This record gives sequence, C-alpha cells and structure tokens, in this order.
Amino acid sequence: MSMHTLLRYEWGVMTPEFIIIGTALILSLVDLLMPDDKDRRPLAWIAFVGVAIAFVATIGLIPAETTSILHDTFRLDAFGKAFKLLLLAGGALSLLLAFDYRPKEGLKHRGEFSYLMLCALLGAMIVTSSGDLITLFVGLELLSISSYILVGLRKTSVQANEAALKYVINGGISTAMTLFGMSYIFGLTGTTNIKEIAVEAQKLTDGEYQYILALAFLLLFVGLAFKISTVPFHMWTPDVYQGAPTPVTAFLSVVSKTAGFAIVLRLLITIFAAAPARGKDTSSMLLSMQDYIAFLAGATMIVGNIVALKQRSMKRLLAYSSIAHAGYVLVGFAAMSWVMIDSIWFYLLAYLLMNFGAFAILQRMSDEADSDDISRFAGLYQRSPLLAVAMGVFLLSLAGIPGTAGFIAKWNIFLGALMTEPGHYVLAAVMIATTVISYVYYFGIFVQIFFRPAAETSSLRLPIGLTLIVVVCALGTLLFGVVPGLAYHFLGQFEHFGDFLQ
Amino acid sequence: MNGPYFLSLLVFSPLLGILLLAFTPKTQERTMKWLGFLSTLPSLILSLFAFFQYLRGYRLEHLAEKRDWIRFADFPFLTESTFVVRYELNIDGLSLVMIVLASLLAALAAIASIHIKKEWKGYFMLFLLLEIGMLGVFAAGNMVLFFIFLEVTLVAMFFLIGKWGGFARERAAYSYLLYNGVGSAILLIVIAVLFARAGTSNMELLKEMLHNPAARAQLIAPIPDGLRLSLFIALLIAFGIKLPIVPFHRWILRVHVQAPPAVVMLHAGVLLKIGAYGLIRFGIGLFPDQFRDFSFLIAILGIVNLLYGAFLAFIQDDFKMVLAYSSVSHMGIVLIGLGALNEAGMQGAIFQTVSHGFISALLFLLVGILYERTNTTELDRLGGLAKAMPLTAGSLLAGAMASLGLPGMSGFVSEFTAFFGLFQTAPIVAAIGTLGIIMTAVYLLRAVLNMTFGASKSGAAQALDMSVTEAVPVFVLLALIIMVGVYPRILAEPLQAAIKMMMNGLGA
Repeated sequence: MSMHTLLRYEWGVMTPEFIIIGTALILSLVDLLMPDDKDRRPLAWIAFVGVAIAFVATIGLIPAETTSILHDTFRLDAFGKAFKLLLLAGGALSLLLAFDYRPKEGLKHRGEFSYLMLCALLGAMIVTSSGDLITLFVGLELLSISSYILVGLRKTSVQANEAALKYVINGGISTAMTLFGMSYIFGLTGTTNIKEIAVEAQKLTDGEYQYILALAFLLLFVGLAFKISTVPFHMWTPDVYQGAPTPVTAFLSVVSKTAGFAIVLRLLITIFAAAPARGKDTSSMLLSMQDYIAFLAGATMIVGNIVALKQRSMKRLLAYSSIAHAGYVLVGFAAMSWVMIDSIWFYLLAYLLMNFGAFAILQRMSDEADSDDISRFAGLYQRSPLLAVAMGVFLLSLAGIPGTAGFIAKWNIFLGALMTEPGHYVLAAVMIATTVISYVYYFGIFVQIFFRPAAETSSLRLPIGLTLIVVVCALGTLLFGVVPGLAYHFLGQFEHFGDFLQ
Repeated sequence: MNGPYFLSLLVFSPLLGILLLAFTPKTQERTMKWLGFLSTLPSLILSLFAFFQYLRGYRLEHLAEKRDWIRFADFPFLTESTFVVRYELNIDGLSLVMIVLASLLAALAAIASIHIKKEWKGYFMLFLLLEIGMLGVFAAGNMVLFFIFLEVTLVAMFFLIGKWGGFARERAAYSYLLYNGVGSAILLIVIAVLFARAGTSNMELLKEMLHNPAARAQLIAPIPDGLRLSLFIALLIAFGIKLPIVPFHRWILRVHVQAPPAVVMLHAGVLLKIGAYGLIRFGIGLFPDQFRDFSFLIAILGIVNLLYGAFLAFIQDDFKMVLAYSSVSHMGIVLIGLGALNEAGMQGAIFQTVSHGFISALLFLLVGILYERTNTTELDRLGGLAKAMPLTAGSLLAGAMASLGLPGMSGFVSEFTAFFGLFQTAPIVAAIGTLGIIMTAVYLLRAVLNMTFGASKSGAAQALDMSVTEAVPVFVLLALIIMVGVYPRILAEPLQAAIKMMMNGLGA
C-alpha cells in the first residue's frame, strides 16, 4: 500500500479513536516523566477531557454518511456511531469514578488507571466499528487485555489478584472459543471480511456445511457470552466484580458489556441473518438459532436473579444483577423484532445511567471502610437523605419500576418479544417473573437504606467527581423515564440502523 | 370546570404538598401534620365538585385530557398513532365515584395519621404519593398509565408499611411487595400483549379493535380467541391477587395487622378496590365474552371468599385479624355481584366496593384510636370499652352493624342488591351464599360485644374517649354510611350510565 492510497482514506471518520489514542499516549508519557511523589489523580481529569472531546467529535460525525476505510475493515455506520456514544459516555463516567477512587491502602498505580482505561475504551470502540474479523479481534483483545490489567491494579490485595487471575483464564478460554468459531467461518467462506462472509455464507446450501456453520455460530455466541457475562460464561462476573477496583467494576459492567453486545449484534446478524439453515427457518441461520438464544437468555435471567437473592456483598449483588440485565438484553436479541437494535440501545443507555449511579454511591460507601457489605448502607437515609433518594432512584430503575428509565427500557424489550408473530410468550413470562424476583434484592437494599438504623452517624460528603456522576445519572434516569421521547428522537437520527447490512 | 387540566390538577394536587413538605424542617411535627392533611383537600374539593356537577347533568366527557407523550416505535410503515402511549385521563361515573372515595378516605386517613410517631416528613410525602397513585389509577384513560399509577401505589405502600408499621413490619412490607409485584407483573404481560398486538393501550380503541370486525384490520398482529382467553385468565389472576380472591389472600392479613391503621384505612378502603375496579374495567370492558363464560366460576369464587373469610374471622383473637378476614369475606360479595351478570348484581358489586371502603375505613380508624390508648387489639385483653370510652364503643358497634348489613346502612343496600342479582341467575349458589351473611353477623357481634361489654380489662380501664380531632373522621364516615344506606340513589345515579354501558358490552 503506497503512501498515496493511505492518504486518500477519509481518516476523518476515525477522529474519536485518534483522540483517544492521542490522550492515552500523552498520559502514558506524562506518567512516565512525572516525579514519583506527585499526585497522579489529575491525569484522570485529562483523560476525562479527552473522552469528552471524543464524545463531541462522535456527535459531530453523526450526519456523516456511512463510510468504510482501510479495505472495509473499519466501518462508520449508524450502529457504530450510536454504540460509540454509549461507550464514550461510559468511559467518561468510569474515569470520574477513578478520579475519586480512594482505596484504604492507597493506590500506587493511579497513572495506569487512566491510560489503560482509555486503551480498553479504544478497543471497545474499534469493535463496534469493525468490518473485518481481524480488526474485530484486535479490538476485542485490546479491550480484554487492558481490562485484565485494570482488574489486578490493586497489587497488594489478595482479592484483586484472584480476580485478575480468574478473569485472564476465563477470558482466555472464551477468546479461544471465539477464535475457533471464526476459524470455521474463515474455512467455509475463505475471507475475513464480514460482509463478504455474509455473501459467501448465503451460498452454503449443502447440509454438511450448514452444520459446521451452525457450530461456528454457537461457538461464537458462547465465546462472546464472556464479554456480556451471560450463561454459560457468567461465572467469572461476581469474583471479578468483587475483586476489581470499583471504577473498573463499573467499567466492566457497562462499557465492556456494551461492547460485547455490539459485537454480538454486528457479527451474528451480519453473517448469519441471510445464511441458509436446516432448522425451523431454512432461510436464515439466525432465525433458526432463535430458540437457543432464547434459552440462554432465559437461563441467564434466572441464574442472575436467583443467585443475587443470597448476596451480602453489594458488588457481588450488582454483579449478579448485571448478569440478569444482560439476560434481559438478550431477550431483545432473541426476539428479533424490528425494534431489536433500538430497544437494545435504549436498554444499554438506561443501564449505563442507573448502574454508574449505583456504583458511584457504592464506591463512596465502601471506600471508607474497605467493605462492600450490604449493611454499609444501613441508615443511609439518616446520614444523607439526598444520597439515599438518589440511590433509591437507581435501584427503582434497576428493578424496572415506572417513572424511571429502567422501566421504559424493559418495556421496550418486552414489547419487542411480544410484537413478533408468533410472540415469545414464554420468554416474556420468564423476564417478568425474574423481574419480580429481582424486587426482593433491590428492595432489600431499600430496607437497609431506609428502615435500618445507621451504624455510624457521621455525615457523608460526596467528592466532586462522584457528585457529578450521581447528579447526571439520577437526572438522566428520571428524565428518560418520564420523557423517553428525547432518547427516541435522538435515536431517530440513525433511522433504525437501516445501513447495518449495506 | 371546562379546563382541560381539571383531572390532572385533581390527580397531581398532592404533589404540591410533597414539595412543601420537602422544604419543611424535620422537627416541625405540627406543621407537617397540618400540611399533610391540607394537601389532601384540593383533590377532595375538586372531586366533590365534579361529583355534584355530574349529578346535575354535566357531561364527564368534557373533562377528558389527551396529550402526546411517548411514541415507542417510529417506523415508516406504521401509522402516526401506532405504539403511542398518550397521557390520557378521562373518567366516567364509575371512576368518578371511586375518585371521590379515594380522595375522601385520603383526607380522613390524613387526620387519622396524627397517631404517627416518627419521621412525619417521610410519612406524609409517601402518603401523598400514595394518594396520587390511587387517584391516577381511577383517572387513567389507557392501560399503561393505569399500570404506572398502580406501581406508584406499590412503592409508596412498601415504604409506608415497612417503616411505620408494627412489630413484623418488614415482613409485611415484603409480602405486600411480592404478592402485588406478581399481580402487577401478570397485569403487565396482559397490557404488553395487547399493546404489542394492537399498537395502542387506549381503553376505547382497544374495545373497538377487539370487538368491531371492521376495526380488526388495524391490529398489528392477530389476537385469536385462545389468546383472549389466556389474557382474560391472566387478568383474573392479576386482579384476583389485588382484590384478593381466596388462595391469594395471605398478604392482606399481614398488611392489615402490621401497617399503621391510617394506612390500612386506605389499603382496605381504596387499594383493594382497585382489584374490583380493574376486573370491571378491563375484565368486563375488554373481554365481555370470556367474562360471561366465567361468570359462574366468579360467583363461586365469591361464595368461597365470603364463607372462608367469615369462618376464619370467627376464630381470630386479634380484632385486626377479624377485620382482615372480614375484608376477604366482603370482597366475596363484590365477586358474587359481578358473577350474577345482570344489572342488579353489577350495581351491588360496585355498591359493595364503595360501602366496604367506608366501613373498613371507619373500623380501622377506630382500631387506630383503640390501639393508641390500650396498645393492644387482642380481643381477650379488651373489654368494657362501653364504660370507659362510650363514643368509641358506640361507633364500633355502629360500624359492625353497617358491616353485617343492618338495613338503613350502606352494607345492607350493597349486599342485598348483589344477592338479589345472583338469585336471578343462580339461585342455589346464592342460597348457599346467604349463609355467609349470617356468619358475618356472628363473627362481628362476637368480636365487638367482647370488646364493648363485659368487665373492664387492664388495657381499657382508664382510657380516655376519642378527642375531637379523632371524632371528626369517625362521624363523617358514619354519616356517609347511613346516607348511602338511606338514600342509595346518591350512588346509583352517577353509576347508572356506566353500568348500562357495561351491560351493553356483556350483551345482556
């Protein structure tokens, strides 16, 4: 490739990615050159500003036409833009959390915090925009490897080490499965370009090949289940969430999960939507796989919600809750209605707001005693009524009570499942039944906050970064709960991701 | 009155109180109690105003509000109004009666809340939130809005029970949450299926789409008979939990006993009625054919409720438990009336919802007054109230008389009409049901006579009779009970049109 062709590409469509890379590079250099005794917390602010600029740049790119550069390995389409906005928002909030993260033993590697998070964010962004298995895999690994380090950043903590190790091993296995699935696809179609694969896959009318393709589908899906922490690859979630520093936990539960869903949608829909199959729908492998996806979605919701009932540790509880929420989102995917991507996007938006809010308050409550037991929340209402009410909003939203974004998001997914013909009644029933089960543990936190007396009476002051998160998330949760039209209007610009398969 | 904001104002006026309370200092107990009470008044005044205007011939259709709110799926191949949930409030005679009931009991319960001992700020904020939820449920013009208001009551009640309730309050709060959560969840499935397949949740449009063959073409996806049947059964279960119908009644026992009496006034007086209201509005309104097929079963369920509740009420030692089972038993009469499937039965059912609303509120008001002084509601430890607290004892007796259906009081009118209806369609079942009326008399007299007469027991000996503040709501309720009993037309008239319309839907 000559310099000339290189320069001819419309590099402008990668502006957000370049901004993130640039910020990460600058930060790593600054960290290297900074004297050891200097406070590195401001680095998180710089990273935050970088992400904010990238966010604005992405918004600026919304009117841009669907473009692909670098031999169609990088695509900027409506899907990529919409999901990148979620990722960047999540990244920015994680950095704010990181700024105010004060573990009891102190944090030696605060600089790494910022730029590793940026690298992970970059990986996630590349994943949402990739048009080729190779770039997709590179993005995925960038995200994964940065996350492995982030999880183990508290070097002296036993829990963190255990978490990091578990995360690496589980991640390795799932990556292997994903790659294995990809290898079948490459073997069947002879190309790594996702769209060419889709074209080639349509020609696979031979039953033998279809069998292998179905196997590839399952391998891919199961492998990717690791990133979105759904059954069968959900076991790592509670341990890792508990051991990782809170900002990283929040990052994993929102950004990493959003990226995971982006890959699942991008890869599985593009490749398999039009591939012939032997199952219940012979014209589409994806549709014939619906039952399996639905089964996994149901299992995920059940496992997540049931096991969450028994948790005393808030981080583990939120981990199981995040598994459950991934299950709800999978319902949206399994239903395959025409509101699928819209409803999943909205769900992830609501999830971002309510989860970050909850994690911000959790971080404040657990840092002061280095414990995340649920009893830390006892008497929060007496200590700080405003914070208690904010936490109340997030929990109500997580539980899916009307008036919050969580309800509208669930309602969207739910409608999608019932809109199709025939409707997915069983799946919808499982979703709603597990939602009721989830009331038990979410309201269990309410019992602590509002009904139980406080163990300590010292008033709570929220540092600036956390205050910002709590305010933004609480307002957002309520706003999108009462006037979801705002989000729909915004989503309208993407025209229901019509350019997804072009 | 013509203002299109009338209903919104009615439903959301307690919000003003919530805001004012938020800025009141925590320690101002008196101010907060006054604020709590005063904030219930605007809704009460507005609803009474609407009620009397309606009696004078005002058309309630003029009050309907409709504003754009959410459009869930904006696709080029869908019409403008598909998957739209509007902010729609409208009322008819039935909902107006329920709204008057709710706002009235809310005001009285706010007075009864003087017995609340702690954290008045949070209490009254939640109390007013509960009122918004109750009023909204009855004013909602579409199912999604109905559901949203219903969930508001759920959350508010959870906190009211769990924080200000008795000894086992947290358990009671949980049991309330879970039972009602399941009920709401089932209801949500029904709403979502209808919304997903018809593209609307507006009651009128849904009725049209389900029954008018011409409008059926507008459906997004078909709603075949089998699906309708499942939806109807789901509705029956959902509202059966809220009403409650017998196998689903355990939660209301805990709530009746543990929740603060002022909250139970609203719970027994209004919240249980949402079950009946929902059955009438959605069960009969949307699925009249299925309702007709099930009417006999519903009547049987009613009899079971009536007898089972009455029998268990007889063997309770705690007056609160007696009243809890009495609620179960009296809700049976609502079912009996609905199951009769004729105009008299329908009227009896609705009369019973209102009448039981007044009576149970009165009895729990008195329970609150008693408990405040004696710290117990156990029948064995109460006795001789007639000497120490003649007014309280007298009101208690009057309330019990109303509850067992003494002629001249509201209980008689409603029970008589409901049974009159059932005797026309299923005389044998009705004959068995009348046993329940006798049993009601037995258990109520046993409980009340135990408490009022006999030797003074430790608890009640030196108790003071009720104060003026406590007496006001008691006498208001007694007056209403007698008014409905003597002059039932005050209820019959506003309900007439609504009942006519439902009977038309049922094809009877």
